[in-house]
Amino acid sequence: MSEHRPIAKNILTLSILISLLSLSNTVNAQDGATLFKNKCASCHGVVKAVLGPALEGVEGRWPSKELLYTWIKNWNKAVATGDPYPVKIQTYNASAMTVFEELKDADIDAILAYVNKTAAAAKVPTGPGGGTTSDAAAESDSSLLYGILTLILAVISLVLLQVNSNLRKLADDKEGNPSSEPIPFYRNKTYITLLSLILFVVGGYFLSQWAIGLGREKNYQPEQPIYYSHKVHAGTNQINCLYCHGGAMEGKHANIPSTNVCMNCHMQINEYAGPDIFKEDGSKVNGTEEIKKLYAAAGWDPATKQYTGNGKAVEWVKIHNLPDHVYFNHSQHTKAGKVQCQTCHGDITKMDEVYQFSELSMGWCINCHRETKVDFSNAQGEGNKFYSIYAKYHEEIKNKTRDSVTVNDIGGLECQKCHY
Amino acid sequence: MAKKKYWQSFVELNDTEGHQKLAQNEFQELLPTGDAESTNLGDTAASRRDFLKYVGFSTAAAMAAASCETPVRKAIPYLNKPQDLVPGVADFYATTYVNGGEAIPIIAKVRDGRPIKLEGNTLSTFSKGGTNARLHASVLDLYDTARTRTPKLIRNGKETPLTLDTADKEIGAALASSGPVVLLTSTINSPTTKQIIGEFLAKYPGGRHVQFDAASYSGLLLASEAAYGRRAIPSYSFDKAEVIVSLGADFLGTWVNPIEFSKHYAVGRRFDESNPDKLSKHYQFESMLSLTGANADERFTHRPSETGAVAAALLSAVQGQSVSGVDGANLSKGIKAAADKLNEKKGRGLVVSGSNNTQVQLIVAAINEAIGANGTTINWAAPLQTHQGIDSEMETLVADMASGRVGSLIIYGVNPSYEYHNAAAFDKAIKSVKVSISLNDRADETTALCQYAVPTHHFLESWGDAEPKAGYISLLQPTINPLFQTRQFQDSLLKWSGNPTPYEQYFRNIYISKLGGLENFNKALQDGVIEPATAPTGGAAFNGAAVAAAVGAVAGLKKTSKTEVVIYQKVSLGDGKLANNPWLQELPDPITKATWDNYAIVSPQFAKAELKIDLANARSADQYEVQMIKPVLKLNINNKTLELPIIIVPGTQENTIAIAVGYGRKNVGRAANGVGQNAYSLLSYNGATVDWSSSTVSVSGSDAKYKVGQTQTHSSYEGRHEVIKEITIDEFKKNKFVVVQQRESEIGNFGGIENYEKEGSLYPVYDRPGIKWGMSIDLGTCIGCGSCSVACTVENNVPVVGKNEVIRFHDMHWMRIDRYFSGNPHDSDGVQTIFQPMLCQHCDNAPCENVCPVAATNHSSEGINQMAYNRCIGTRYCANNCPFKVRRFNWSDYTGADSFKDNQLTSGVGALNEAVFQMNDDLTRMVLNPDVTVRSRGVMEKCTFCIQRTQEGKLKAKKENRVLADEDVKTACQQACPTDAIVFGNANNPQSEISQVRKNNSLRNFYSLEQIHVLPNVNYLTKVRNTNVLAAHEDEAAREGAEHGSPAKAEH
Repeated sequence: MSEHRPIAKNILTLSILISLLSLSNTVNAQDGATLFKNKCASCHGVVKAVLGPALEGVEGRWPSKELLYTWIKNWNKAVATGDPYPVKIQTYNASAMTVFEELKDADIDAILAYVNKTAAAAKVPTGPGGGTTSDAAAESDSSLLYGILTLILAVISLVLLQVNSNLRKLADDKEGNPSSEPIPFYRNKTYITLLSLILFVVGGYFLSQWAIGLGREKNYQPEQPIYYSHKVHAGTNQINCLYCHGGAMEGKHANIPSTNVCMNCHMQINEYAGPDIFKEDGSKVNGTEEIKKLYAAAGWDPATKQYTGNGKAVEWVKIHNLPDHVYFNHSQHTKAGKVQCQTCHGDITKMDEVYQFSELSMGWCINCHRETKVDFSNAQGEGNKFYSIYAKYHEEIKNKTRDSVTVNDIGGLECQKCHY
Repeated sequence: MAKKKYWQSFVELNDTEGHQKLAQNEFQELLPTGDAESTNLGDTAASRRDFLKYVGFSTAAAMAAASCETPVRKAIPYLNKPQDLVPGVADFYATTYVNGGEAIPIIAKVRDGRPIKLEGNTLSTFSKGGTNARLHASVLDLYDTARTRTPKLIRNGKETPLTLDTADKEIGAALASSGPVVLLTSTINSPTTKQIIGEFLAKYPGGRHVQFDAASYSGLLLASEAAYGRRAIPSYSFDKAEVIVSLGADFLGTWVNPIEFSKHYAVGRRFDESNPDKLSKHYQFESMLSLTGANADERFTHRPSETGAVAAALLSAVQGQSVSGVDGANLSKGIKAAADKLNEKKGRGLVVSGSNNTQVQLIVAAINEAIGANGTTINWAAPLQTHQGIDSEMETLVADMASGRVGSLIIYGVNPSYEYHNAAAFDKAIKSVKVSISLNDRADETTALCQYAVPTHHFLESWGDAEPKAGYISLLQPTINPLFQTRQFQDSLLKWSGNPTPYEQYFRNIYISKLGGLENFNKALQDGVIEPATAPTGGAAFNGAAVAAAVGAVAGLKKTSKTEVVIYQKVSLGDGKLANNPWLQELPDPITKATWDNYAIVSPQFAKAELKIDLANARSADQYEVQMIKPVLKLNINNKTLELPIIIVPGTQENTIAIAVGYGRKNVGRAANGVGQNAYSLLSYNGATVDWSSSTVSVSGSDAKYKVGQTQTHSSYEGRHEVIKEITIDEFKKNKFVVVQQRESEIGNFGGIENYEKEGSLYPVYDRPGIKWGMSIDLGTCIGCGSCSVACTVENNVPVVGKNEVIRFHDMHWMRIDRYFSGNPHDSDGVQTIFQPMLCQHCDNAPCENVCPVAATNHSSEGINQMAYNRCIGTRYCANNCPFKVRRFNWSDYTGADSFKDNQLTSGVGALNEAVFQMNDDLTRMVLNPDVTVRSRGVMEKCTFCIQRTQEGKLKAKKENRVLADEDVKTACQQACPTDAIVFGNANNPQSEISQVRKNNSLRNFYSLEQIHVLPNVNYLTKVRNTNVLAAHEDEAAREGAEHGSPAKAEH
């Protein structure tokens, strides 16, 4: 038993080291992803050119990293250095890149790390899971990184352990202590046990992640019968969400607007003259043609400016699908809960074709219910009067033993709040 | 085991072996492990290898299925959305429920263009928002698959669809050349329709309009004509009556206008702790145990043929003379007591009779005159217009038809081929009519004999008006576009009388001019009712000239034959017009608790003497009740034979057999076909009116057996007594704390009523911040009608299971009404009945919750016992552990909700009935409530306190930035209750209705099975009987006597 103790100690140290390492790594990678989504994603894809060029391999294209930093923070300064590369690429697109003075070098490093990681993952063929491609890919990709890291560290530790045991043996021999014949590591039961445990844990993790993801449709972005760009309507033209999706304030369905709502504006607007729109596959969208599709659906003759009466409702593809046993009411969240549309639907104003931004899983719902604060009355007595009946919480707030009431506190996690 | 005070069934009363077994075996089924029990496992059909194969295959298949691409779903918006409609938000329209002459103002809940739920219109002072089971179920008829979908030409049994235009052309020509036109309809009380009929008949001179009511009130109408000079039914004010005497009138279930009467009746029946004398007193004299009789304080039975004699005796008693001419000392005593009470409370009494005999009704009119009811509890200023048919007119019509004096016959809303007493004569006579047109909604028995079918709309698709009580108008407006190529009756008449105005326009024009402008009309349409500002009241001049003759005439009616038959309407099906409604067919009868059949009700005495079924004998009682095998009787009544299974009901007069109409339909739909026997043929015409009883009866037993799906033995409290509580008014007056003391004696050792929650248990007490839902049910005002049961079914998508499954104890009603008898079953007059609506009690210390292995059922912070269907794995532990037996398990795929198609059994054990498939039709499913999950096979379900309504009510208050009000949340059962026995709300709010009810009735308040510390959120209010004898207590006294060795109290 005694000779095993140092090994065990080493393993403990090692595992703490690994977990520490991986923890810090996670934080970085997440920051990069967030920063990329917030700052870059509206114009840049990782492997795909959108408004700006694809960012894959961007570091390799630049003569120096310093210059790249400068360009990202303020492209004008980079051009001003006179370096030929920034001068050349400033004409990539008619619209100029946004200035990001607030970004630090470390932030940019995080973004670049994320870009590299995502680019590497994109090259790995998609697993059999299918449905949740990009999300699953991102997951497995960061795990791959950890995996490689762990493997290297494991090899090092293995070598060190071997060296350690050899040295001890030598020392024992020298001191004349009797020692048993060493067992080769591949037959060492400790190693085998350890290895199978690791395999079980890692394999189990991936298997359960994959199984949980079945049937979820995050990032689902179907092609619609009419190429309707939310970016043009809600972004460029700043049309309020509720103009079309007024049901969100009144009932369970936000509702897709009926064709007559579209025609309120499109009787006048019969051509698209904004910046070019590109589909996900890179092909260009002819906005005017899409408006003509709307006219066909509405039964509107643009020449005579008359309805022909031959309209046929547009069969949109539903993106957000909840299981039948879930009751979801938009107005509960938007009107009573004052939740912004973007919280669940993402930044719609930047999406041409809408995709499912959130997971719409039960865990995702529950999480929000745990964290969201209810519109309870504050010191000024504002807040929804409905909650005035929660005498106990008001008392606690008054006594400063409680600072806020979450949805959870008023029963927001109970089964029959959503399942009935 | 001690004999029980209250019993639901005879086997429970005698605690037979079968009943003990039944009580032990919570679930009747065993797991199908037959094969595996043989000695050599390898030889069985399902071996271990097979098992592994199937497990492996199904796991792989499930994985493959789950990883398939999710299907693409479409979202199709309106092309041009109606302005006020928001998909997913319900709209409410005021309209009117019309069934024959019955018309009740309602509010229809319309969800995305589909009416899915009907509620009473509380703006109406006529119905005061009252409803009944038939009204709630009627929304399903809109989506009935058996409705005729196009106009049709019917020749030699062959149907050819027609367009409306062709039909109009052909019918127009035929009517013009056929000769006299007769309109045969149910009672019409719509003013505009009457006007249209008038115009139509003016166009075809020589014609006439005949009204025919299957459940006829000719006797009452003719007696009123003789006594008051008006052929009408007066309004009865049961709310003003302190003494109510009913001579066989089931005014809470089926008589004239039960919805209005129930509402009124409850006013006097609601017990006031501070003023106990306010409680009304109700005497019932009848032959069979009716719903109304079950609610009476004092009940006496007599032979059906003795009805007239009882009325005459009561008349002489109220006039201060002696009671004579009736059999039995008890009956005479009862008549005397009722008469004394009526005289004591002169002007505050009311006597009604269910008889269709003119003489009997004349005598009743004389009694009412004598006790000063005319003008006080009987109101002639606003008579009821729900029934106007005169039996003799129908007789004349059939004779005219047979002799060829009728050229064309237009039939609407009636079905004489089925519901006329001499259907054979009608069937023959209609062949002599040149043109016969049926406007009925389906190809019923009569329509099949007609030449043309021009189906009318359902009332939810119609425009129109109704005036069920003079001066009280209720409007109809369509709540959905017509589903089929049907046309409203009024439109057809207008068309055929050459008036091009559509009925909608015609109707609007009349009311706009009548109400003085479009704005007023729209307001009236929105309210749904037009009523006089002050309720008109008044009596009518009474002419008693014919009474003496009537008294003489009824004396001769009394017979002494061994058995007599009384024909009645069931509370669920009524006259049978809604027979193809699975919800009504599956609603257990309040008294017999039988579903899906009609039967011959007999008394225990009769069963013992004639059929050798001794219910005190464990073996025959077990066979009769536990196995539900009922002997079949061969009946010969008025020379017509019928074979029917028997149901033994204590409280039935011993010479009486009772049979319900409304069954035995042919070709009217999958649910009704072949259910029961038609009893209309047993009626007879006495020269003036149709008799609903007969003494020309011979009975013989047969060897045949028949299973009837009865629900009363399905759940057992396993010997726990304190489920219900009742006391007499005397007990209360003597000691008003009698109920409180009883409760204290049960739980006094555990903290008493005050501290029971804390001290009765080791578990901690949980906070209920905010809302705590509670319900109170008054056993005193509950009449057991079943309205709540059906309303719950409609609201919560409760599946229909069909007769086979009811027999297998698989009924699914979330809200059941337990009917308990007490007293000696062999004493017809002494049996007392009490009803208890039983639903999930939402126990705060629920035994079901802590046995669920997957936490699918748990408690909410609002006190609701929650059920997460998608989490349930169907172990049924919860149902096993529920002391109230309110949990319901989906044994089969009743709704077709399973992911697997064709998962519904069509043969073998557990084969589902046609009605289940009718309910699963795409058309019928339009009635489902989209806010409530349709449960699939293998999950448990139960009452949720209408969680979709509580959630919606809370949301409404939140959106309007205010505190929750009582009006925001009403459960379906609460809203449906015609006597307002159910109150629901937030018990944390001391101002809420529920808190007030509990506070004001603290002396009657109790919790069912309180002593087991499950802490229900449903409380009951003790029933106080306005009598001095409680059968249950008497029984107890007798038992105690027996136990002490003294001779048991003699049977009555």
